Amino acid sequence: MTSKSPSILQTLDEDVQSQLLSRRDAIVRGGASSAVVMAGLKMASVPVALAALAQNAFAQGRLPTSVNGVLNFALTLEYLEAEFYNIGMATSGLIPASDRTIFGTIQEHENLHVAFLRNALGRSARPKPTFDFTAGNGSGTGPFEDVFDNYATFTAVAQAFEDTGVRAYKGQAPTLQPYKDLLQAALTIHSVEARHAAEVRRLRGNFMDLVPNKGWITQDITDIPGTEATYAGEDNTIQGGVDVTTITGVSDDGVTESFDEPLTMAAVLAIVDPFIV
Amino acid sequence: MQMQDNSVPAPSGGTNRRDMLRAAGLGGVALLLAGCRQGGADLFAPAGPALALVNGNNITLDFSTDTDVLNYAYALEQLEAAFYIQVVTHPDFASTFDANEQRVLSDLRDHEVVHRDFLAAALGPAALPGLTVDFSMITFNSRTNVLETARTFEDLGVSAYNGAARYLTSTAFLGLAGKIVSVEARHASAIRSLLSERTGAFAPMAFDAANTPQTVLGAADPFIVENITAVNT
Repeated sequence: MTSKSPSILQTLDEDVQSQLLSRRDAIVRGGASSAVVMAGLKMASVPVALAALAQNAFAQGRLPTSVNGVLNFALTLEYLEAEFYNIGMATSGLIPASDRTIFGTIQEHENLHVAFLRNALGRSARPKPTFDFTAGNGSGTGPFEDVFDNYATFTAVAQAFEDTGVRAYKGQAPTLQPYKDLLQAALTIHSVEARHAAEVRRLRGNFMDLVPNKGWITQDITDIPGTEATYAGEDNTIQGGVDVTTITGVSDDGVTESFDEPLTMAAVLAIVDPFIV
Repeated sequence: MQMQDNSVPAPSGGTNRRDMLRAAGLGGVALLLAGCRQGGADLFAPAGPALALVNGNNITLDFSTDTDVLNYAYALEQLEAAFYIQVVTHPDFASTFDANEQRVLSDLRDHEVVHRDFLAAALGPAALPGLTVDFSMITFNSRTNVLETARTFEDLGVSAYNGAARYLTSTAFLGLAGKIVSVEARHASAIRSLLSERTGAFAPMAFDAANTPQTVLGAADPFIVENITAVNT
Protein backbone atom coordinates (compact mmCIF):
# COMPACT_ATOMS: atom_id res chain seq x y z
CA MET A 1 0.00 0.00 0.00
CA THR A 2 2.88 2.32 0.67
CA SER A 3 3.74 2.13 -3.02
CA LYS A 4 0.61 4.15 -3.68
CA SER A 5 1.93 7.39 -2.29
CA PRO A 6 3.93 8.36 -5.37
CA SER A 7 0.83 8.03 -7.53
CA ILE A 8 -1.03 10.36 -5.23
CA LEU A 9 1.66 12.91 -5.77
CA GLN A 10 1.62 12.32 -9.49
CA THR A 11 -2.03 13.26 -9.68
CA LEU A 12 -1.40 16.66 -8.21
CA ASP A 13 -0.08 19.69 -9.94
CA GLU A 14 3.11 21.23 -8.65
CA ASP A 15 1.44 23.89 -6.61
CA VAL A 16 -0.71 21.38 -4.78
CA GLN A 17 2.21 19.03 -4.42
CA SER A 18 4.23 21.64 -2.65
CA GLN A 19 1.42 22.17 -0.17
CA LEU A 20 1.16 18.45 0.35
CA LEU A 21 4.86 17.94 0.75
CA SER A 22 5.19 20.68 3.28
CA ARG A 23 2.29 19.18 5.20
CA ARG A 24 3.87 15.77 5.00
CA ASP A 25 7.09 17.21 6.31
CA ALA A 26 5.10 18.66 9.16
CA ILE A 27 3.77 15.21 9.95
CA VAL A 28 7.21 13.72 9.88
CA ARG A 29 8.32 16.40 12.29
CA GLY A 30 5.40 15.57 14.52
CA GLY A 31 3.60 18.77 13.77
CA ALA A 32 0.34 17.22 12.57
CA SER A 33 -2.64 17.42 14.80
CA SER A 34 -5.47 16.26 12.56
CA ALA A 35 -7.20 13.25 14.10
CA VAL A 36 -7.34 11.35 10.86
CA VAL A 37 -3.71 11.95 10.07
CA MET A 38 -2.69 10.74 13.47
CA ALA A 39 -5.02 7.78 13.14
CA GLY A 40 -3.56 6.97 9.77
CA LEU A 41 -0.11 7.05 11.21
CA LYS A 42 -1.20 5.01 14.18
CA MET A 43 -2.55 2.37 11.85
CA ALA A 44 0.67 2.51 9.83
CA SER A 45 -1.48 3.27 6.81
CA VAL A 46 0.33 6.42 5.91
CA PRO A 47 -1.13 6.52 2.40
CA VAL A 48 -4.53 7.05 3.97
CA ALA A 49 -3.16 10.02 5.79
CA LEU A 50 -1.47 11.18 2.64
CA ALA A 51 -4.60 10.79 0.60
CA ALA A 52 -6.44 12.83 3.17
CA LEU A 53 -3.85 15.53 2.94
CA ALA A 54 -3.82 15.40 -0.83
CA GLN A 55 -7.53 15.83 -1.02
CA ASN A 56 -7.43 18.54 1.57
CA ALA A 57 -5.03 20.29 -0.76
CA PHE A 58 -7.42 19.62 -3.62
CA ALA A 59 -10.18 21.08 -1.55
CA GLN A 60 -8.69 24.54 -1.64
CA GLY A 61 -11.06 25.30 -4.47
CA ARG A 62 -9.94 22.53 -6.77
CA LEU A 63 -12.21 19.59 -6.01
CA PRO A 64 -14.83 19.20 -8.73
CA THR A 65 -18.39 19.94 -7.66
CA SER A 66 -19.54 16.39 -8.41
CA VAL A 67 -16.83 14.96 -6.17
CA ASN A 68 -17.60 17.46 -3.43
CA GLY A 69 -21.20 16.34 -3.62
CA VAL A 70 -20.28 12.69 -3.25
CA LEU A 71 -17.94 13.33 -0.35
CA ASN A 72 -20.48 15.49 1.47
CA PHE A 73 -23.09 12.80 0.87
CA ALA A 74 -20.75 10.23 2.42
CA LEU A 75 -19.98 12.65 5.24
CA THR A 76 -23.68 13.00 6.00
CA LEU A 77 -24.00 9.25 6.40
CA GLU A 78 -20.85 9.02 8.50
CA TYR A 79 -22.05 11.85 10.76
CA LEU A 80 -25.28 9.90 11.17
CA GLU A 81 -23.52 6.67 12.07
CA ALA A 82 -20.89 8.27 14.28
CA GLU A 83 -23.42 10.19 16.38
CA PHE A 84 -25.65 7.13 16.60
CA TYR A 85 -22.87 5.02 18.09
CA ASN A 86 -21.56 7.88 20.22
CA ILE A 87 -24.97 8.20 21.87
CA GLY A 88 -25.46 4.45 22.07
CA MET A 89 -22.10 3.88 23.75
CA ALA A 90 -22.76 6.77 26.15
CA THR A 91 -26.21 5.52 27.12
CA SER A 92 -25.93 3.64 30.37
CA GLY A 93 -27.57 0.23 30.36
CA LEU A 94 -28.20 0.09 26.62
CA ILE A 95 -25.38 -2.05 25.26
CA PRO A 96 -24.58 -5.19 27.25
CA ALA A 97 -21.01 -5.44 28.50
CA SER A 98 -20.49 -8.46 26.24
CA ASP A 99 -21.11 -6.37 23.12
CA ARG A 100 -19.45 -3.08 24.00
CA THR A 101 -16.22 -4.03 22.23
CA ILE A 102 -18.16 -4.63 19.03
CA PHE A 103 -19.96 -1.30 19.09
CA GLY A 104 -16.95 0.54 20.44
CA THR A 105 -15.00 -0.67 17.42
CA ILE A 106 -17.67 0.47 15.01
CA GLN A 107 -18.00 3.79 16.84
CA GLU A 108 -14.28 4.45 16.48
CA HIS A 109 -14.33 3.63 12.78
CA GLU A 110 -17.29 5.88 11.99
CA ASN A 111 -15.68 8.79 13.82
CA LEU A 112 -12.47 8.21 11.84
CA HIS A 113 -14.48 8.16 8.62
CA VAL A 114 -16.01 11.51 9.58
CA ALA A 115 -12.56 12.91 10.30
CA PHE A 116 -11.20 11.59 7.03
CA LEU A 117 -14.01 13.06 4.95
CA ARG A 118 -13.95 16.38 6.77
CA ASN A 119 -10.24 16.56 6.14
CA ALA A 120 -10.68 15.64 2.50
CA LEU A 121 -13.33 18.30 2.01
CA GLY A 122 -11.59 20.98 3.99
CA ARG A 123 -13.66 24.14 4.08
CA SER A 124 -16.21 22.53 1.75
CA ALA A 125 -17.22 20.04 4.44
CA ARG A 126 -20.85 20.39 5.38
CA PRO A 127 -21.68 20.87 9.04
CA LYS A 128 -23.16 17.99 11.01
CA PRO A 129 -26.94 17.88 10.70
CA THR A 130 -29.26 17.45 13.67
CA PHE A 131 -30.46 13.87 13.88
CA ASP A 132 -33.58 12.16 15.13
CA PHE A 133 -32.65 8.51 15.58
CA THR A 134 -36.27 7.53 16.11
CA ALA A 135 -36.75 8.29 12.41
CA GLY A 136 -39.32 10.88 13.39
CA ASN A 137 -37.99 13.83 11.37
CA GLY A 138 -37.37 15.75 14.57
CA SER A 139 -40.47 14.69 16.47
CA GLY A 140 -38.51 12.21 18.56
CA THR A 141 -41.47 9.88 18.30
CA GLY A 142 -40.68 8.01 15.10
CA PRO A 143 -41.03 4.27 14.53
CA PHE A 144 -37.78 3.62 16.40
CA GLU A 145 -38.86 5.65 19.42
CA ASP A 146 -37.12 3.35 21.90
CA VAL A 147 -33.86 3.25 19.92
CA PHE A 148 -31.75 4.19 22.94
CA ASP A 149 -33.91 2.38 25.48
CA ASN A 150 -34.27 -0.98 23.80
CA TYR A 151 -31.14 -2.84 22.69
CA ALA A 152 -33.05 -4.77 20.02
CA THR A 153 -34.17 -1.52 18.41
CA PHE A 154 -30.67 -0.11 18.66
CA THR A 155 -29.11 -3.09 16.89
CA ALA A 156 -31.86 -3.09 14.26
CA VAL A 157 -31.22 0.56 13.42
CA ALA A 158 -27.48 -0.14 13.43
CA GLN A 159 -27.96 -2.89 10.87
CA ALA A 160 -30.07 -0.66 8.66
CA PHE A 161 -27.47 2.12 8.79
CA GLU A 162 -24.60 -0.22 7.96
CA ASP A 163 -26.34 -2.01 5.11
CA THR A 164 -27.49 1.35 3.73
CA GLY A 165 -23.94 2.67 4.02
CA VAL A 166 -22.55 -0.19 1.97
CA ARG A 167 -25.07 0.47 -0.79
CA ALA A 168 -24.48 4.21 -0.64
CA TYR A 169 -20.71 4.05 -1.13
CA LYS A 170 -21.13 1.44 -3.84
CA GLY A 171 -23.50 3.68 -5.74
CA GLN A 172 -21.00 6.53 -5.83
CA ALA A 173 -18.04 4.56 -7.17
CA PRO A 174 -18.76 5.53 -10.79
CA THR A 175 -18.63 9.24 -9.94
CA LEU A 176 -15.31 8.80 -8.18
CA GLN A 177 -13.84 6.56 -10.88
CA PRO A 178 -11.74 9.27 -12.55
CA TYR A 179 -10.19 10.20 -9.20
CA LYS A 180 -8.27 7.02 -8.52
CA ASP A 181 -6.98 7.83 -5.07
CA LEU A 182 -10.32 9.06 -3.85
CA LEU A 183 -12.03 6.02 -5.37
CA GLN A 184 -9.62 3.75 -3.56
CA ALA A 185 -10.03 5.61 -0.28
CA ALA A 186 -13.81 5.36 -0.59
CA LEU A 187 -13.57 1.65 -1.33
CA THR A 188 -11.46 1.08 1.77
CA ILE A 189 -14.31 2.63 3.77
CA HIS A 190 -16.98 0.78 1.78
CA SER A 191 -15.57 -2.63 2.70
CA VAL A 192 -15.27 -1.67 6.35
CA GLU A 193 -18.96 -0.72 6.38
CA ALA A 194 -19.65 -4.19 4.97
CA ARG A 195 -17.63 -5.76 7.78
CA HIS A 196 -19.68 -3.77 10.29
CA ALA A 197 -22.92 -4.77 8.60
CA ALA A 198 -22.05 -8.46 8.71
CA GLU A 199 -21.14 -8.31 12.38
CA VAL A 200 -24.30 -6.48 13.41
CA ARG A 201 -26.47 -8.77 11.32
CA ARG A 202 -24.91 -11.86 12.87
CA LEU A 203 -25.06 -10.37 16.36
CA ARG A 204 -28.80 -9.78 15.92
CA GLY A 205 -29.20 -13.47 15.19
CA ASN A 206 -27.06 -14.43 18.19
CA PHE A 207 -24.37 -15.59 15.77
CA MET A 208 -26.48 -18.49 14.53
CA ASP A 209 -26.10 -17.44 10.87
CA LEU A 210 -29.65 -18.20 9.84
CA VAL A 211 -31.83 -16.13 7.49
CA PRO A 212 -32.58 -13.25 8.02
CA ASN A 213 -29.59 -12.76 10.29
CA LYS A 214 -26.77 -14.04 8.17
CA GLY A 215 -23.84 -11.71 7.60
CA TRP A 216 -24.97 -11.37 3.98
CA ILE A 217 -28.29 -10.35 2.50
CA THR A 218 -30.55 -13.14 1.27
CA GLN A 219 -32.94 -11.99 -1.47
CA ASP A 220 -34.37 -8.66 -0.22
CA ILE A 221 -35.35 -10.08 3.14
CA THR A 222 -35.40 -7.91 6.23
CA ASP A 223 -36.84 -8.63 9.67
CA ILE A 224 -36.87 -4.94 10.56
CA PRO A 225 -40.19 -3.22 9.84
CA GLY A 226 -39.74 0.05 8.00
CA THR A 227 -36.43 -0.87 6.39
CA GLU A 228 -37.79 -2.37 3.18
CA ALA A 229 -36.25 0.38 1.06
CA THR A 230 -32.81 -0.42 2.46
CA TYR A 231 -33.06 -3.91 1.01
CA ALA A 232 -35.09 -3.23 -2.12
CA GLY A 233 -33.38 -4.69 -5.17
CA GLU A 234 -31.00 -6.92 -3.23
CA ASP A 235 -32.85 -9.88 -4.76
CA ASN A 236 -31.38 -9.03 -8.16
CA THR A 237 -29.89 -11.99 -9.99
CA ILE A 238 -29.07 -10.24 -13.27
CA GLN A 239 -25.42 -9.21 -13.32
CA GLY A 240 -23.76 -7.73 -16.37
CA GLY A 241 -26.85 -8.57 -18.36
CA VAL A 242 -26.92 -12.28 -17.53
CA ASP A 243 -29.11 -14.16 -15.11
CA VAL A 244 -26.45 -15.65 -12.86
CA THR A 245 -28.81 -18.35 -11.64
CA THR A 246 -28.54 -19.89 -15.10
CA ILE A 247 -24.75 -20.19 -15.14
CA THR A 248 -24.08 -21.70 -11.73
CA GLY A 249 -25.33 -24.63 -9.72
CA VAL A 250 -25.74 -22.53 -6.60
CA SER A 251 -29.24 -21.79 -5.30
CA ASP A 252 -31.03 -18.57 -6.19
CA ASP A 253 -30.71 -17.47 -2.56
CA GLY A 254 -26.98 -18.04 -2.77
CA VAL A 255 -26.74 -16.01 -5.96
CA THR A 256 -28.50 -13.04 -4.38
CA GLU A 257 -26.22 -13.28 -1.32
CA SER A 258 -23.16 -13.21 -3.58
CA PHE A 259 -23.72 -9.68 -4.89
CA ASP A 260 -24.47 -6.54 -2.92
CA GLU A 261 -26.42 -3.98 -4.89
CA PRO A 262 -25.82 -0.22 -5.11
CA LEU A 263 -28.34 2.50 -4.30
CA THR A 264 -28.54 5.90 -5.91
CA MET A 265 -27.86 9.00 -3.87
CA ALA A 266 -31.53 9.92 -4.10
CA ALA A 267 -32.65 6.53 -2.80
CA VAL A 268 -30.23 6.71 0.12
CA LEU A 269 -31.26 10.25 1.01
CA ALA A 270 -34.90 9.18 1.01
CA ILE A 271 -34.02 6.32 3.38
CA VAL A 272 -32.16 8.53 5.85
CA ASP A 273 -34.45 11.55 5.54
CA PRO A 274 -36.61 10.62 8.57
CA PHE A 275 -33.43 10.54 10.66
CA ILE A 276 -32.35 14.03 9.64
CA VAL A 277 -34.12 17.00 11.16
CA MET B 1 -25.27 -28.00 -5.47
CA GLN B 2 -23.37 -28.38 -8.67
CA MET B 3 -19.70 -28.97 -8.14
CA GLN B 4 -17.64 -27.84 -11.04
CA ASP B 5 -14.26 -29.29 -11.60
CA ASN B 6 -11.82 -26.51 -11.00
CA SER B 7 -9.83 -27.38 -14.05
CA VAL B 8 -10.92 -26.22 -17.45
CA PRO B 9 -10.15 -27.98 -20.73
CA ALA B 10 -7.28 -26.70 -22.77
CA PRO B 11 -7.92 -23.61 -24.86
CA SER B 12 -9.47 -24.20 -28.23
CA GLY B 13 -10.25 -21.94 -31.15
CA GLY B 14 -13.02 -19.42 -30.85
CA THR B 15 -14.04 -15.84 -31.40
CA ASN B 16 -11.47 -13.21 -30.75
CA ARG B 17 -12.60 -12.19 -27.31
CA ARG B 18 -9.90 -9.58 -27.04
CA ASP B 19 -11.42 -7.59 -29.86
CA MET B 20 -14.87 -8.24 -28.53
CA LEU B 21 -14.00 -6.87 -25.13
CA ARG B 22 -12.39 -3.85 -26.63
CA ALA B 23 -15.37 -3.25 -28.84
CA ALA B 24 -17.63 -3.66 -25.86
CA GLY B 25 -15.81 -0.80 -24.17
CA LEU B 26 -17.99 0.92 -21.65
CA GLY B 27 -20.81 -1.44 -22.50
CA GLY B 28 -18.99 -3.93 -20.36
CA VAL B 29 -20.23 -7.33 -19.51
CA ALA B 30 -23.76 -6.75 -20.66
CA LEU B 31 -22.74 -6.19 -24.24
CA LEU B 32 -20.22 -8.93 -24.03
CA LEU B 33 -22.64 -11.50 -22.76
CA ALA B 34 -25.30 -10.40 -25.18
CA GLY B 35 -22.81 -11.06 -27.94
CA CYS B 36 -22.06 -14.46 -26.53
CA ARG B 37 -25.68 -15.41 -26.45
CA GLN B 38 -26.11 -14.62 -30.09
CA GLY B 39 -23.34 -17.08 -30.76
CA GLY B 40 -25.13 -19.88 -28.94
CA ALA B 41 -24.36 -21.48 -25.62
CA ASP B 42 -21.06 -19.69 -25.40
CA LEU B 43 -21.52 -18.91 -21.73
CA PHE B 44 -21.17 -22.55 -20.89
CA ALA B 45 -18.43 -23.32 -23.35
CA PRO B 46 -14.94 -24.19 -22.17
CA ALA B 47 -12.58 -21.27 -22.10
CA GLY B 48 -11.20 -20.35 -25.49
CA PRO B 49 -8.07 -18.36 -26.20
CA ALA B 50 -7.03 -16.51 -23.12
CA LEU B 51 -6.27 -12.85 -23.32
CA ALA B 52 -3.81 -13.30 -20.50
CA LEU B 53 -0.43 -14.37 -21.77
CA VAL B 54 -0.05 -18.00 -20.79
CA ASN B 55 3.29 -19.67 -21.33
CA GLY B 56 3.41 -23.05 -19.67
CA ASN B 57 2.96 -22.37 -15.97
CA ASN B 58 3.67 -18.68 -16.38
CA ILE B 59 0.71 -16.34 -16.66
CA THR B 60 1.07 -12.63 -17.27
CA LEU B 61 -1.84 -10.33 -16.51
CA ASP B 62 -1.79 -6.97 -18.26
CA PHE B 63 -3.44 -4.47 -15.93
CA SER B 64 -3.76 -1.94 -18.73
CA THR B 65 -6.69 -4.07 -19.93
CA ASP B 66 -9.93 -4.42 -18.01
CA THR B 67 -10.04 -8.03 -19.15
CA ASP B 68 -6.94 -8.97 -17.27
CA VAL B 69 -8.04 -7.05 -14.19
CA LEU B 70 -11.11 -9.28 -14.28
CA ASN B 71 -8.84 -12.28 -14.84
CA TYR B 72 -6.99 -11.28 -11.70
CA ALA B 73 -10.29 -11.37 -9.82
CA TYR B 74 -11.12 -14.66 -11.53
CA ALA B 75 -7.82 -16.17 -10.35
CA LEU B 76 -8.55 -15.21 -6.75
CA GLU B 77 -12.14 -16.43 -6.93
CA GLN B 78 -10.93 -19.74 -8.36
CA LEU B 79 -8.58 -20.05 -5.41
CA GLU B 80 -11.27 -19.26 -2.86
CA ALA B 81 -13.87 -21.51 -4.47
CA ALA B 82 -11.44 -24.44 -4.65
CA PHE B 83 -10.51 -23.92 -1.00
CA TYR B 84 -14.07 -23.90 0.34
CA ILE B 85 -15.08 -26.83 -1.86
CA GLN B 86 -12.28 -28.80 -0.29
CA VAL B 87 -13.29 -27.59 3.19
CA VAL B 88 -16.93 -28.62 2.94
CA THR B 89 -16.31 -31.89 1.12
CA HIS B 90 -13.65 -33.09 3.55
CA PRO B 91 -14.81 -36.26 5.32
CA ASP B 92 -14.21 -34.64 8.72
CA PHE B 93 -16.10 -31.44 7.92
CA ALA B 94 -19.05 -32.23 10.19
CA SER B 95 -16.84 -33.27 13.09
CA THR B 96 -14.40 -30.39 12.71
CA PHE B 97 -16.93 -27.55 12.69
CA ASP B 98 -20.09 -26.93 14.67
CA ALA B 99 -23.40 -26.48 12.87
CA ASN B 100 -23.11 -22.72 12.82
CA GLU B 101 -19.62 -22.81 11.34
CA GLN B 102 -20.73 -25.36 8.78
CA ARG B 103 -23.46 -22.99 7.63
CA VAL B 104 -21.01 -20.14 7.25
CA LEU B 105 -18.43 -22.21 5.39
CA SER B 106 -21.07 -23.71 3.10
CA ASP B 107 -22.40 -20.25 2.30
CA LEU B 108 -18.89 -19.05 1.54
CA ARG B 109 -18.39 -22.04 -0.75
CA ASP B 110 -21.60 -21.09 -2.57
CA HIS B 111 -20.71 -17.42 -2.91
CA GLU B 112 -17.19 -18.03 -4.16
CA VAL B 113 -18.46 -20.56 -6.68
CA VAL B 114 -20.96 -17.96 -7.90
CA HIS B 115 -18.20 -15.36 -8.21
CA ARG B 116 -15.97 -17.84 -10.04
CA ASP B 117 -18.70 -18.97 -12.42
CA PHE B 118 -19.85 -15.41 -13.08
CA LEU B 119 -16.37 -14.16 -13.91
CA ALA B 120 -15.72 -17.21 -16.11
CA ALA B 121 -18.92 -16.49 -18.02
CA ALA B 122 -18.16 -12.79 -18.28
CA LEU B 123 -14.67 -13.44 -19.59
CA GLY B 124 -15.64 -16.29 -21.89
CA PRO B 125 -12.73 -17.33 -24.07
CA ALA B 126 -10.67 -14.48 -22.63
CA ALA B 127 -10.68 -16.21 -19.26
CA LEU B 128 -7.58 -17.63 -17.69
CA PRO B 129 -7.36 -21.38 -17.78
CA GLY B 130 -8.44 -23.24 -14.67
CA LEU B 131 -5.69 -22.83 -12.13
CA THR B 132 -4.05 -25.69 -10.29
CA VAL B 133 -4.24 -25.15 -6.56
CA ASP B 134 -1.85 -26.48 -3.96
CA PHE B 135 -3.40 -26.81 -0.52
CA SER B 136 -0.82 -29.27 0.78
CA MET B 137 0.07 -26.92 3.62
CA ILE B 138 -3.53 -26.74 4.89
CA THR B 139 -4.83 -29.18 7.50
CA PHE B 140 -8.46 -29.48 6.49
CA ASN B 141 -9.54 -31.23 9.67
CA SER B 142 -8.08 -28.48 11.82
CA ARG B 143 -10.74 -25.92 12.69
CA THR B 144 -8.19 -23.26 13.50
CA ASN B 145 -6.06 -23.88 10.44
CA VAL B 146 -9.02 -23.77 8.08
CA LEU B 147 -10.54 -20.64 9.65
CA GLU B 148 -7.20 -18.85 9.73
CA THR B 149 -6.60 -19.74 6.09
CA ALA B 150 -10.10 -18.52 5.27
CA ARG B 151 -9.35 -15.27 7.09
CA THR B 152 -6.20 -14.85 5.03
CA PHE B 153 -8.04 -15.49 1.76
CA GLU B 154 -10.97 -13.20 2.57
CA ASP B 155 -8.85 -10.30 3.79
CA LEU B 156 -6.64 -10.79 0.76
CA GLY B 157 -9.64 -10.74 -1.54
CA VAL B 158 -10.95 -7.51 -0.05
CA SER B 159 -7.55 -5.85 -0.36
CA ALA B 160 -7.19 -7.13 -3.92
CA TYR B 161 -10.48 -5.69 -5.15
CA ASN B 162 -9.87 -2.45 -3.27
CA GLY B 163 -6.44 -2.14 -4.86
CA ALA B 164 -7.43 -3.20 -8.37
CA ALA B 165 -10.46 -0.96 -8.81
CA ARG B 166 -8.24 1.93 -9.93
CA TYR B 167 -7.16 -0.04 -13.00
CA LEU B 168 -10.67 -0.60 -14.35
CA THR B 169 -11.69 1.80 -17.09
CA SER B 170 -15.20 0.43 -17.60
CA THR B 171 -17.79 1.82 -15.21
CA ALA B 172 -19.79 -1.37 -15.63
CA PHE B 173 -16.87 -3.53 -14.51
CA LEU B 174 -16.17 -1.21 -11.59
CA GLY B 175 -19.79 -1.59 -10.55
CA LEU B 176 -19.57 -5.36 -10.70
CA ALA B 177 -16.34 -5.44 -8.72
CA GLY B 178 -18.02 -3.23 -6.13
CA LYS B 179 -20.91 -5.67 -5.84
CA ILE B 180 -18.49 -8.50 -5.10
CA VAL B 181 -15.96 -6.82 -2.81
CA SER B 182 -18.44 -5.96 -0.09
CA VAL B 183 -19.56 -9.58 0.01
CA GLU B 184 -15.93 -10.60 0.46
CA ALA B 185 -15.75 -8.10 3.31
CA ARG B 186 -18.85 -9.64 4.88
CA HIS B 187 -17.11 -13.02 4.65
CA ALA B 188 -13.94 -11.67 6.23
CA SER B 189 -16.01 -10.22 9.07
CA ALA B 190 -17.83 -13.50 9.71
CA ILE B 191 -14.71 -15.66 9.61
CA ARG B 192 -12.87 -13.28 11.90
CA SER B 193 -15.82 -13.31 14.26
CA LEU B 194 -15.84 -17.13 14.31
CA LEU B 195 -12.20 -17.02 15.32
CA SER B 196 -12.74 -14.32 17.92
CA GLU B 197 -16.39 -13.81 18.85
CA ARG B 198 -17.63 -10.56 20.37
CA THR B 199 -14.36 -8.71 19.94
CA GLY B 200 -13.29 -6.03 17.49
CA ALA B 201 -11.59 -8.61 15.26
CA PHE B 202 -14.30 -8.47 12.58
CA ALA B 203 -12.97 -5.10 11.40
CA PRO B 204 -9.40 -4.56 12.52
CA MET B 205 -8.99 -1.19 10.79
CA ALA B 206 -11.18 1.82 10.07
CA PHE B 207 -9.86 1.77 6.49
CA ASP B 208 -9.34 -1.61 4.87
CA ALA B 209 -6.18 -2.40 2.99
CA ALA B 210 -5.93 -1.79 -0.75
CA ASN B 211 -3.09 -4.02 -1.84
CA THR B 212 -1.18 -3.93 -5.08
CA PRO B 213 -1.52 -6.87 -7.46
CA GLN B 214 2.10 -7.74 -6.72
CA THR B 215 1.45 -7.97 -2.99
CA VAL B 216 -1.71 -10.01 -3.46
CA LEU B 217 -0.20 -12.39 -6.00
CA GLY B 218 2.82 -12.86 -3.76
CA ALA B 219 0.56 -13.85 -0.88
CA ALA B 220 -1.48 -16.19 -3.08
CA ASP B 221 1.55 -17.73 -4.78
CA PRO B 222 2.12 -20.59 -2.29
CA PHE B 223 -1.39 -21.84 -3.04
CA ILE B 224 -1.27 -21.60 -6.84
CA VAL B 225 0.97 -23.83 -8.95
CA GLU B 226 1.02 -21.42 -11.88
CA ASN B 227 3.20 -18.33 -11.60
CA ILE B 228 1.04 -15.26 -12.11
CA THR B 229 2.67 -11.94 -12.79
CA ALA B 230 0.99 -8.56 -13.05
CA VAL B 231 2.35 -6.00 -15.50
CA ASN B 232 1.44 -2.39 -16.30
CA THR B 233 0.30 -1.72 -12.75
